[in-house]
Amino acid sequence: MAHAALAGEIGCPSGLSPASDDASSADPSAFVRRDAQGRDTLELMVQGAKCSGCIRKIEGGLLALPGVGDARLNLSTGRLRVAWRPGALAARDVTAALTRLGYGASAFDPAEAVRRIDEEGRALLRRLAVAGFAAMNIMMFSVPVWSGDGEMGPATRTLLHWISALVAIPAALYAAQPFFRSAWRALRVRRANMDVPISLAVVLTLAVSIAETARQGDHAYFDGITMLLFFLLIGRYLDHRLREQARTAARDLLALQTVTASRVEADGRVNAVASRDIKVGDRLLLAAGDRAPVDGVVEEGDSEFDCSMLTGETLPQHAGVGTVVRAGVVNLTQRIVLCVTAAARDSAIAELARLIEIGEQGRARFVRLADKAAALYVPVVHSLAALTFVGWLWGPMALRALGFEAMDVDARVALLNAVAVLIITCPCALGLAAPAVQVVATGRLFKRGVLVKSGDALERLAQVNVAVFDKTGTLTRGKPRLVSAVDADTLLAAAALARVSRHPLSRALVEAAGPGAAAKDAREVHGEGVEAGPMRLGRRSFAAPQAADSDDGAMELWFADGVRPPVRFAFADAVRSDAAQTIAALRKRGMRVELISGDRRAAVAAAAREAGIEDWVAGASPSDKTARLAALRAEGKFPLMVGDGLNDAPALAAAHASASPGTALEASQAASDIVFQGEGLSALVEAVDVAKAARARVVENLLFSALYNIVAAPLAMAGLLTPFIAALAMSSSSLIVTLNALRLQTGSKRLWT
Amino acid sequence: MDLMVFLIPAALFLALLGLGAFFWSLSAGQYDDLDGAAHRILIDEEDDA
Repeated sequence: MAHAALAGEIGCPSGLSPASDDASSADPSAFVRRDAQGRDTLELMVQGAKCSGCIRKIEGGLLALPGVGDARLNLSTGRLRVAWRPGALAARDVTAALTRLGYGASAFDPAEAVRRIDEEGRALLRRLAVAGFAAMNIMMFSVPVWSGDGEMGPATRTLLHWISALVAIPAALYAAQPFFRSAWRALRVRRANMDVPISLAVVLTLAVSIAETARQGDHAYFDGITMLLFFLLIGRYLDHRLREQARTAARDLLALQTVTASRVEADGRVNAVASRDIKVGDRLLLAAGDRAPVDGVVEEGDSEFDCSMLTGETLPQHAGVGTVVRAGVVNLTQRIVLCVTAAARDSAIAELARLIEIGEQGRARFVRLADKAAALYVPVVHSLAALTFVGWLWGPMALRALGFEAMDVDARVALLNAVAVLIITCPCALGLAAPAVQVVATGRLFKRGVLVKSGDALERLAQVNVAVFDKTGTLTRGKPRLVSAVDADTLLAAAALARVSRHPLSRALVEAAGPGAAAKDAREVHGEGVEAGPMRLGRRSFAAPQAADSDDGAMELWFADGVRPPVRFAFADAVRSDAAQTIAALRKRGMRVELISGDRRAAVAAAAREAGIEDWVAGASPSDKTARLAALRAEGKFPLMVGDGLNDAPALAAAHASASPGTALEASQAASDIVFQGEGLSALVEAVDVAKAARARVVENLLFSALYNIVAAPLAMAGLLTPFIAALAMSSSSLIVTLNALRLQTGSKRLWT
Repeated sequence: MDLMVFLIPAALFLALLGLGAFFWSLSAGQYDDLDGAAHRILIDEEDDA
């Protein structure tokens, strides 16, 4: 093997992303499809692939499996497509190989992943290319006309105009189609959007320029109109890419949600099925580490469940035969058989989904800054153009009636001037103002590990003035951590036992001890602990029955090696190390901070104290959380919700803006505007800062566009505009707006304090 | 002046060639994974024996 050195290394070789340690237990075989060449293909979402080393490791590692013919990782989207000879290997081998390499992988439901290529984006790029091609080539004919003014004969000038027309007419009609279509859609419902003046300007400019060329006139605006379309399409494409990013993120999450389950058939065989195919009465096998996809009742087995995603409670709960299990809980220790009582769409999750939907409807009413500007802009521009036409046509007559000397102008000149107004005020800068800023801002946050799902999300985030936090998994890490001081030898000895268990307290012990080997003959005694020869680790009653009970209410494990007195390990779901700092930073930015959790009073109060939050609520249900957000909104506040659990998802959707950590459940990530990676919360502060800075840039850009129009429109109305000035003004205003947006990229030092 | 008869079509033809090349690269999927393309150039040719 050429990369023997790499073989032992786990995860991203550049260390850009931590290696994933949870083995994906869902069987992806339900998502395998046969492709056109008769190969089995599987689409996977790979977590943690960040660099060229990852590409080589993943693709190389999979191609080394027998029968794999193709493995291609898309680093931008994190999607991996694997194709293999049917029968050569099972789908599970592919995910197992990825787990061995240290990457988390989850299968995609191909039904959700079909539209992988962004056709609309490609079409926009094509139109953008055509407009750019036309603009540049026409400029080649326009520059001689401008600079040869006076020396060039009308015959040469008209020839150059005709050649320009030859390029401009088909190019403009093709490139402007998105604007025509959108304008037509708006007009049909008797509304006017930004595309109405654009379409009008394109059509009128082309018509007037052709007429001018036909009568060998001086001015033709073929250069201006193609350049205008070029700039507008850049803005349109950037905007599209942002929206597409948001849509893809949402779709990816949806595709991931369709997890598989293992169904026990009547003959005892176990089959992998997609969760939407589960029916009431089915018997599902839930291995340790699996999440229950639907509601059900435990039929066989005895285990412990982690309900933190549903209730915010950190302590695992015991479950035996007859225990009701709700969708979303995680089975921790033993495999159990579940009898399904509700299909996926009727499960407890479905009620949450309904709440999420209601929340999102409220958010759809948000109007973006650029759209607000457009609503003001459209009527003004149309009246100005109409005023220009009427003014030039009847102005001289009116002046004469008042006793002034004035020469009549013909309708042609009046129309030409009116069109000049439409061209010069055309919203190039306005169209670029918001998308250019948002692309730069989301790009900058992305590098910090913050995924912003849409351009509006940034605008909404900039407005927030109340931050509402969830406790478990958001303010805290959501996992217990060893808090008692123990000597290193005891810790290592206890961890050797803990390594065979999936119980959260065992995992925390292993994490504290670091890497090492498991004790040889360690076995888990269900519901009690782990034993290996004379050594025991587990409940007090199991490991150290004689030890005195210390009732401080903390989560605990006892360890006895049969020689020395038993040792107690205490655990707590510790507040993230930078939580207090983050909350202070948010306060400094004028925000009120609240904590609302479904967990017990004592746990919430302790976390609130440690993080420095005065306003807190414990024992809140999902609807209590949405009610609190609704109350805040009624007060005229703009709440930011930060949460990770399934019980937070409705609140995340209902808040003005929402954020969830990368460890959150898919449903919560889908309902959030931003998702931040990493151990800390401080990324939140940076997101708020960048959002505020982005909003300031957008407002500056809009003001600049207005200023530009205030200067340029009177020039055009007075008939002083030439194609040269139009081209210069349009390109320079677009450049200034873009440069202003780029300032966000470099302004990092001033932002983060 | 006569020269323009050749130069203008030649210029337009060259520009169209560029446009055609862009269209081809777009439909060939070269813009689908911009991050991956940037990293793939760092991967050495495989020389497994």
